[in-house]
Amino acid sequence: EKPDMSKFPVEDTRNFSIIAHVDHGKSTLADRLLELTGTIDKTKNNKQVLDKLQVERERGITVKAQTASLFYNFEGKQYLLNLIDTPGHVDFSYEVSRSLSACQGVLLVVDANEGIQAQTVANFFLAFEAQLSVIPVINKIDLKNADPGRVEKQIEKVFDIPSDECIKISAKLGTNIESVLQAVIERIPPPKVHRKNPLRALVFDSTFDQYRGVVANVALFDGVVSKGDKIVSAHTQKTYEVNEVGVLIPNEQPTLKLLGFLGLLHMEVFNQRLEQEYNTSVILTTPTVPYKAVLASAKLIKEYREKEITIINPAQFPDKSKVAEYLEPVVLGTIITPDEYTGKIMALCQARRAVQKHLMFIDQNRVMLKYLFPLNEIVVDFYDSLKSLSSGYASFDYEDAGYQTADLVKMDILLNGNIVEELVTVVHKEKAHSVGKTICERLKDSLPRQLFEIAIQAAIGSKIVARETVKAYRKNVLAKCYGGDITRKMKLLKRQAEGKKKLRKIGNIEVPKDAFIKVLKTQSNK
Amino acid sequence: MSQPLWPYCEKRCSYCNFNKYVVRGGVDEAALRRCLVTEARTLLELSGVRRVESVFFGGGTPSLASPHTVAALLEAVAQAAHLPADVEVTLEANPTSAPGPRLAEFGAAGVNRLSIGLQSLDDAELQLLGRTHSARDALRTLAAARRLFPGRVSVDLMLGLPGQQLGPWLGQLQELLRHCDDHLSLYQLSLERGTALFARVQRRAVPGPDPELAAEMYAEGRALLRAAGFRQYEVSNFARHGALSTHNWTYWQCGQYLGVGPGAHGRFVPHGAGGHTREARIQTLEPDNWMKEVTLFGHGTRKRVPLDELELLEEVLAMGLRTDVGITHQHWQQFEPQLTLWDVFGASAEVTGLRERGLLLLDHRGLRCSWEGLAVLDSLLLTLLPQLQEAWQQRSPTPVPGG
Repeated sequence: EKPDMSKFPVEDTRNFSIIAHVDHGKSTLADRLLELTGTIDKTKNNKQVLDKLQVERERGITVKAQTASLFYNFEGKQYLLNLIDTPGHVDFSYEVSRSLSACQGVLLVVDANEGIQAQTVANFFLAFEAQLSVIPVINKIDLKNADPGRVEKQIEKVFDIPSDECIKISAKLGTNIESVLQAVIERIPPPKVHRKNPLRALVFDSTFDQYRGVVANVALFDGVVSKGDKIVSAHTQKTYEVNEVGVLIPNEQPTLKLLGFLGLLHMEVFNQRLEQEYNTSVILTTPTVPYKAVLASAKLIKEYREKEITIINPAQFPDKSKVAEYLEPVVLGTIITPDEYTGKIMALCQARRAVQKHLMFIDQNRVMLKYLFPLNEIVVDFYDSLKSLSSGYASFDYEDAGYQTADLVKMDILLNGNIVEELVTVVHKEKAHSVGKTICERLKDSLPRQLFEIAIQAAIGSKIVARETVKAYRKNVLAKCYGGDITRKMKLLKRQAEGKKKLRKIGNIEVPKDAFIKVLKTQSNK
Repeated sequence: MSQPLWPYCEKRCSYCNFNKYVVRGGVDEAALRRCLVTEARTLLELSGVRRVESVFFGGGTPSLASPHTVAALLEAVAQAAHLPADVEVTLEANPTSAPGPRLAEFGAAGVNRLSIGLQSLDDAELQLLGRTHSARDALRTLAAARRLFPGRVSVDLMLGLPGQQLGPWLGQLQELLRHCDDHLSLYQLSLERGTALFARVQRRAVPGPDPELAAEMYAEGRALLRAAGFRQYEVSNFARHGALSTHNWTYWQCGQYLGVGPGAHGRFVPHGAGGHTREARIQTLEPDNWMKEVTLFGHGTRKRVPLDELELLEEVLAMGLRTDVGITHQHWQQFEPQLTLWDVFGASAEVTGLRERGLLLLDHRGLRCSWEGLAVLDSLLLTLLPQLQEAWQQRSPTPVPGG
């Protein structure tokens, strides 16, 4: 039955989020909380219930922060607990901070064996800066290598939270989950909401329902909202009428957000979502970072109406003659790693033009490194290389650190002399040849052969810096095609013809859309 | 025509992924024979076929079956339909060490054409392929076959094997030309997942085949055969003095064929059962299950898929272009009386592009590949098939008969 929310006292409400490093058990803990409060049926085999998206289930990751409202009876009173599940991957930190702004507290989940990792640190600081109550939860105590005592000490050392505040659980087995709910009620304050004041709400997420329209997830800070109300967006000044209000048991519908891509995983997942939910083929461009250019003359400044322009699209990269100085964005990256990989990781960072800022031991075996990285050196495959170098043990997070001067050039990729718009890149001069060569090689591997030769070139201006060739087909016909082969062959041909429709034509060359993703993934550690 | 299958072999070749079974301790041939005969009768009735132009004994290794089975089957077909005196009856045979007498028995049973799975004249390659014969056995069998069935013997030769070089392979072909009859099939090796050879290549125990080299072998091989007076009438098939395979020609012309035996394929309209649509059929794969079904129901048809008009036209296109004559306007009209080949392909920019590059011809005779185009037919089809679909969808509706 629908509860009457207007009768629910604010003091008995808690808004909280679960934050943690990837795979430390946020979603499993969310499942247990849902079961324990009767929100979902305990007898069913609940696995990552809030990961509704197909892409999330396929990859076993949380992409989109989901919300659920739980009702829980504790010591004679009924409480309303609003839970927001968040993604742990570094690529989704935007979603995390957005969710946190709707909460008053967080459960900080840490794996009892892995201990504090880079996102644990990053997420803690996000919550800390937002002045949220932090409840440390040590998870996976059921596993053989669990060492909760060690993790408690880490938490005390790095976050300055007393060890006795840590709650030790196994989300998988359901051990000690009630203590978590108790802590949420006792240690997280209710929201400070004044019902009588004018409405103030934060939209921390939205979805689109094809029957109902836009569904916004809001956190109410002041006032009351009911069906039929007219509300105004502070940002756009647009007015909307409220068709329906409700408590969320989420039902995911597609949404299109314009987001900059934070890395390969984010891009692949987003691309997959677009394909699955919209049944479209998507052409991807190489991820780029926002460069800046300081214009050289007063005339140019007048023309562009500012002295320092931001370059989002590499195709709009201004020529050297117009520019006094190019700037590239930099980030401060935090890497936590077992000591034995420190040397290799330092070499990797140096190869990415990074400058070391800090090095400290967080316990006997683990090191925290801080490097200043040019953002363009890490957007594509730094994370993957780092993981690979350290057998998966190193973790990584980063934050904005402004801009630095850089020697940048624009590089074009050509197929039989035709420029491929999507693959125009802005690259540091030092890296032009190696990046160009890599792109050409990857393209060569992912372009299907055609009936003519394909020349792949990377060029800076008119100068070719790298080149590969895809040879033409000399034979492409099924050898045996008798009675038993015909059905299979026809199926294959028709499937290939379907696939061909989705290919992009550059000149008269057919390019599969995943050629571009493949271009961006490097196998070796550079 | 009719196509019975004998699914048993002595052993499985390293590259083979067909529906084949290696039986230890002998096959109940009598039971299998009875079932083949029953199924042949049933399918002839179901199809309403009156006249059988060709019979092809495939498999497996049909030459392991007894000639008695071949005779029984031909007898059954002759009773249920008209088997003309000049019907082509082909048997697939593996070269063995004592070919003569056995082949003669098959001849007496009604076989009048032989297809020998020679594959290679290099003993090391034959071992790699897991064949049960030597190069010498092969040539001996070939000679015996030519004596028994002059002008009616075909040999298979493979190209693009792992580690093969152009020079030596051309040498094999030339050697073969000194011994062969009037029909030759050249097959590029295709590595199929699940075969022993595929696994060996994956393990790097054996180098993978080189597609560039295979393309060159094919180009040089077909040129050599043309110079020797052979007509390349299909992608992989070469004949001189008119010795084409009638049976295989039916596939590429989209005629009707009945598949009899475990795993056999067929395509026909079940007129005898009141049907009007051409169906793609496959018989149950596993021999024991197949026999049970034949005993119970008269035939062991596992799957029947009706082909709609467009699907049939797509087959006509894809199969017809495999031949040197391609698809004549008359041939096309039999399947599609309204839209001509010009209607479908004449205005397409992409198709015109292929014609201008000399890969495809569209003229008063019909649509066909050029010499160069035939080698890259599957690429051409990726342009032609969508064009056919588009033309089909945009055609004006056919007038309702009687309306």
